[in-house]
Amino acid sequence: MALLQISEPGQSPDPHQRRIAVGIDLGTTHSLVAAVKSGVAECLPDEQGRVLLPSVVRYFGGGARHIGHEAAAAQTLDPANTLASVKRFMGRGLADIEGHEKLPYDFVAQGAGGMLSLATAAGVKSPVEVSAEILATLRFRAEDSFDSEIYGAVITVPAYFDDAQRQATKDAARLAGLNLLRLINEPTAAAIAYGLDNAAEGIYAVYDLGGGTFDISILRLTQGVFEVIATGGDSALGGDDYDAALADWVLGQLNLQARTPEDKATVRLAARACKEALTATETVAFSARLAGAGISFYVNRSDFATVTAALTQRSLAAARRALRDAQIVREEVQGVVLVGGSTRMPQVREAVAEFFGCEPLTNLNPDEVVAIGASIQANQLAGNDAAGDLLLLDVIPLSLGLETMGGLVERIVGRNETIPTAKAQDFTTYKDGQTALALHVVQGERDLVQDCRSLARFELRGIPPMAAGAARIRVTFTVDADGLLGVSAREQTSGVEASIDVKPSYGLSDDQIAHMLQDGFATAQQDMQARALVEARVDADRLLIATQSALDADGDLLSPNERAAVDALMQALRTALDAAQDAAAVEAATSALARGTEAFAAERMNRGIRDALAGKNVGSL
Amino acid sequence: MNLQSDDFELFGVPHRFAQDRATLDARWKDLQREAHPDRFAAQGAAAQRVAMQWSVRINEAYQRLKDPLKRAAYLCELHGAPIRAEDNTAMPAAFLMQQMQWREALDEAQGAADLDALDDETQAARSAALARCAELIDAQQDWAGAAREVRSLMFIARFARDIDLRREQLGQ
Repeated sequence: MALLQISEPGQSPDPHQRRIAVGIDLGTTHSLVAAVKSGVAECLPDEQGRVLLPSVVRYFGGGARHIGHEAAAAQTLDPANTLASVKRFMGRGLADIEGHEKLPYDFVAQGAGGMLSLATAAGVKSPVEVSAEILATLRFRAEDSFDSEIYGAVITVPAYFDDAQRQATKDAARLAGLNLLRLINEPTAAAIAYGLDNAAEGIYAVYDLGGGTFDISILRLTQGVFEVIATGGDSALGGDDYDAALADWVLGQLNLQARTPEDKATVRLAARACKEALTATETVAFSARLAGAGISFYVNRSDFATVTAALTQRSLAAARRALRDAQIVREEVQGVVLVGGSTRMPQVREAVAEFFGCEPLTNLNPDEVVAIGASIQANQLAGNDAAGDLLLLDVIPLSLGLETMGGLVERIVGRNETIPTAKAQDFTTYKDGQTALALHVVQGERDLVQDCRSLARFELRGIPPMAAGAARIRVTFTVDADGLLGVSAREQTSGVEASIDVKPSYGLSDDQIAHMLQDGFATAQQDMQARALVEARVDADRLLIATQSALDADGDLLSPNERAAVDALMQALRTALDAAQDAAAVEAATSALARGTEAFAAERMNRGIRDALAGKNVGSL
Repeated sequence: MNLQSDDFELFGVPHRFAQDRATLDARWKDLQREAHPDRFAAQGAAAQRVAMQWSVRINEAYQRLKDPLKRAAYLCELHGAPIRAEDNTAMPAAFLMQQMQWREALDEAQGAADLDALDDETQAARSAALARCAELIDAQQDWAGAAREVRSLMFIARFARDIDLRREQLGQ
């Protein structure tokens, strides 16, 4: 017989109190999901006890698909339909992918939203859809593990991901039916896991070499605050490139070439196996069957180090730049945390140790540390850890700028600025009666538009007609805590808010996402409308609870009339919830309550800030 | 205290050029602990929006306060002496001469040693200009004079960036 649970007075277990939130490391090679269970963050295994899910999806005609281990095993069997390392394609056009001709895929250069796509037996797939399959698989794993729906997820991205790559990841979460709590940077997540585990304080560097991306972050850790001082990297440098360099070298030595998709896939896998074996032994045979004939070629560890030295150097150049941006000298760095499976390569470890002048810290599993850190952040964002005082202050990795006359870039937000941030810029019209304005936003460090990455074109409409040069249009660029850009615009003299059309250079539109959702995606089995109602109810519940606790804490800020208005809005929302059969009514009542409590929220924040500074002024004067 | 407070009021520090960096860093973190959107993740859209506004405002103030050049420029502006770097480029002849010498030295720099020497020289010029700024602002309240120093500091900062670029070109 189950024992009755008795809780302390005032601490009754409210079903809303404990929300299941997970951290997901959506990796190039492997993906993982972790969660805080009874106070301990751990990676969740699948039914066979494996925590790593290979980031591979195999598509079949007729809509079936394999995700993970089964798909990974079929890479040489059915290379064109078995998609691996799609993280490298997120938010990218075909021209961006160096060496794509060596990959066994049937690329579609102009896929949905300017991004490349892949033609498979199940039709043309965007990298966003493939990533969503992986996310959905991890979501189901977590739901099975807890036997419950998931409240939300924190998903990690390389710190050096630009806006388009972040947005693509966010879209994948949406397709997978995940409530995205935050995107956080992989090195920052690793720092959380490492820092909290070791009670570390001071300046640390995180060197994160994954399957397809490289990040270096310099952080200052103080009493639960993880402040990123600078970040750098290369979103197209990873273990895959080491494999490719090794394969090219071996084929070159043997005077061979891989031409068919099967051969290309075979060579890639043989190179990876050889690389992994070299971690433990000095000499390994690179063996594969190519064009029906077996090849075997002995590779020394030193050969491998030589043919990949340029790649390792590229990572150290990025590390040097990050230190310079942080205005930190190497001696100030107290420790270097190694993250990502590719940091197992001996030549990488040696190079990092030599560069920083100290042995890198490797006491956490480099494959799991990112997911673990993300789960700790997810648990706190879900409100499960009221006493938690974890605070992440991250930065934007690449500068944002606007195209100006002559193809030059005017910088708006500089790289390594702490986010969230906002910058305003004033524009005027150059023709009488002009009512629209076009802006081109780019990301990168170069002075010419053509050398930066095009993010999006914004068209502002509805500017009141005035004489040329009379309008004062203030455009505000906001970068939120996820590192994502938002743009709003207002004509200052009339106060008219301009409407904005966004045309992302590499990204999916809302329509395209809606289409993919309907098109038989992971969530297609579910009735869309039922799902919308469930989501609306969750949002409404969340807001009611938050409002009630705000009233309990700071209700004295409201006059009796204001209090009555808030109470009425809450009652209206409860009524809508009781009656509701459609999502729209619940959503309307939810947003009415949100609007009606905005002034109250602002007052509460003012009080919080005042309290934060209270008693501190006297000492400093 | 509200979103319209100036940076010094927001951080609870005196209106002056001389500031203690450790105090600014600690205040910044205290304020972000209160206001960061992550603290309000489970509290609905209205709270999120307010938190975002505050968090942005706190970061903006911190960026300005911690950087001596931006802090000096901000104080000049608060006291009616805007910097107007775009349309006020009149600089003393001696300063311009030195700039030209630096530029020539940078063009001719062959390696790390040359760049390090230039770095040292610009750092010394920067420290001297900052000391004059402190004197003009905190002791003399000479805002127009301080604004002139800020303009020369902006030249120096741009030159320091060019040294960094050159360093990257040379693969240092």
